[in-house]
Amino acid sequence: MKKILIAVALVVGWATASPAAEMINGAGATFPYPLYSKWFDEYSKLHPEFKFNYQSIGSGGGIRQLTERTVDFGASDAPMNEEQMKNAPGPVLHIPTVLGAVVITYNLPGTPPELKLTPEVVSQVFLGTITKWNDPKLASLNPGIKLPDQELLVVHRSDGSGTSYIFTDYLSSVSPQWAQKIGKGTSVNWPVGLGGKGNEGVTGQVKNTPGALGYVELAYARKNQLPVVSLQNKEGEFITPTIEGISAAAAGASANMPADLRVSLVNPPGKKAYPIAGFTYLLIYKDQPDEKKGRAMADFLWWAEHQGQKFAPELLYGPLPPEVIERAEKKIKEIQYQGKPLLTPQKPG
Amino acid sequence: MAKVNALSGRKPRRRISGDLIFKRATLLAALSIPLFVLGSAIELTRGAGEAIRRFGFSFLFQTSWDPVNLKFGALPFIYGTLVSSLLALLIAVPISLGTALFLAEIAPWWLRDPLSFIVELLAAIPSVIFGLWGIFALAPWLRSTAEPALKRTLGFLPFFQGPAYGIGMLAAGLILAIMILPIITSVTRELFLSTPVPLKEGALALGASWWEMVQAVFFPHARSGILGAIILGLGRALGETMAVTMVVGNRPQISLSLFAPGYTIAAVLANEFSEADSNLYLSALIEIGLILFLITLLVNGAARWLIWKSGWAAAKGGSGP
Repeated sequence: MKKILIAVALVVGWATASPAAEMINGAGATFPYPLYSKWFDEYSKLHPEFKFNYQSIGSGGGIRQLTERTVDFGASDAPMNEEQMKNAPGPVLHIPTVLGAVVITYNLPGTPPELKLTPEVVSQVFLGTITKWNDPKLASLNPGIKLPDQELLVVHRSDGSGTSYIFTDYLSSVSPQWAQKIGKGTSVNWPVGLGGKGNEGVTGQVKNTPGALGYVELAYARKNQLPVVSLQNKEGEFITPTIEGISAAAAGASANMPADLRVSLVNPPGKKAYPIAGFTYLLIYKDQPDEKKGRAMADFLWWAEHQGQKFAPELLYGPLPPEVIERAEKKIKEIQYQGKPLLTPQKPG
Repeated sequence: MAKVNALSGRKPRRRISGDLIFKRATLLAALSIPLFVLGSAIELTRGAGEAIRRFGFSFLFQTSWDPVNLKFGALPFIYGTLVSSLLALLIAVPISLGTALFLAEIAPWWLRDPLSFIVELLAAIPSVIFGLWGIFALAPWLRSTAEPALKRTLGFLPFFQGPAYGIGMLAAGLILAIMILPIITSVTRELFLSTPVPLKEGALALGASWWEMVQAVFFPHARSGILGAIILGLGRALGETMAVTMVVGNRPQISLSLFAPGYTIAAVLANEFSEADSNLYLSALIEIGLILFLITLLVNGAARWLIWKSGWAAAKGGSGP
């Protein structure tokens, strides 16, 4: 018995004595989680001395945990608002990591995919003024298609979500009535429609209910082979959501990006731009409390903005356009420890 | 040995015996539950403080839920919680009682145990699975078959009007009914099985039919127990989250129609809590949680009082032990 105890003690001692990788904790948005997982995995292979742990609890949760300093970095689709910035114990940098698109999907058996819609029609559907599929406004946009006399069931998100934020941001910018009555947010007071939980919930509802129409992240529509709407952009072109369309949206908006990079990408200028796109941000304190961890995060962010971007398209995320990467680089250089910048000096080129 | 000190008259200190430790430990365990309940109530009230100060009593009667303009009202959620739970009870209680009676009295010996086992297995299924089944099996069936049929036959009643999407209060009530069935059935079955045989045989010997015997012997004997079982089921229905949020439609509205979507307290907490982005929003959600806490206390308290009352009436001279 004694011998077994000694053996166990030795094994435990050996296991805990060996150098463990430094743990860096983050939490936040669910939307970029698949890509962030891939990134952390790839980066750990290059730098095994650091291990990243990310909990996808939602953008709001990520912001809250960052404010409480229980995590080293946060992640959010919607940038922090003024109240949240004030509540944070220090200045927070918003680093855009990838692009996402919100698409409008529907279930209308017998109709070909890629219905055309304009911003006015979309806002009227979500405001509840258009209630049937064969409404003349819908029919006039799609002359070759016979739309049935069926109730149009709207499906939105029941949980608070960055996808909802981007979508309601879009509706607010194209419809003054929506902006005034409802506004934008991760959760809003939807005038009509059922709520589905998560992108999966909305996708499930739309798939199972003939006559349903809802909004989901691009990847969900693609993976479930759901028809998507070709949406008219600011320049009047009908754009089908693709990675190129998303990048075009970002490039168009990046000229007017504010210094802190908290920007909205909806309804941007640009002929090829898809109207409903958005950044997802990684949130990090400007003044880092721990030098080693701070440097690790700065280096990781640099890698993510450059080498990491190539992993985005295969997972159906939009890589950042060069103008945005340039501005993100400047932000990463601002991360500091006690006044001195943390980013490991990069070789040029 | 408790000796008394001859000089000072004080009892000497008790030896720390195993018995003492055991008694103290069980006391601690027993106290921990009320302490936990009290602690939860205090934390909930503290968290809800901002919303209580801002909205006061009108929170209970307002119907708008607007996180952007920060106007919150709990009435749709209270309504949805109560209606879905009541609907579940209405459907589940007759079925449960019937099943329990069948298992206790009528089922042949070779059927009794396997059937009881299957009913109890229903309780072990995670609620997410019920939710998935609800979305992919129940809701489509409701939309294509059951709800149109109800509309055709009972459509004059306000409960069966409006567009039928499958998802809605009826789906939530049905799923909750299935989830509380095993609880009520197994408790009631045990009660029925424990009915004293002499009472049963006495009634039959006096010429009662089987159904008359059940009415005269089973139900009075098991009355308070059945009530307890129903309260257990109701408790589960009030707090059930995942299965409900997947089929109830998640729309904070009050509508008489069972086809309409609705919202329950547990569902809105599950959906919106982690993304609540302002202090008032968070506080309003916590206040809704506090309301559910109070509803549960009220319902359980009322049930306890009913059980106590019926037990007292029975002791005074009603039938049964």
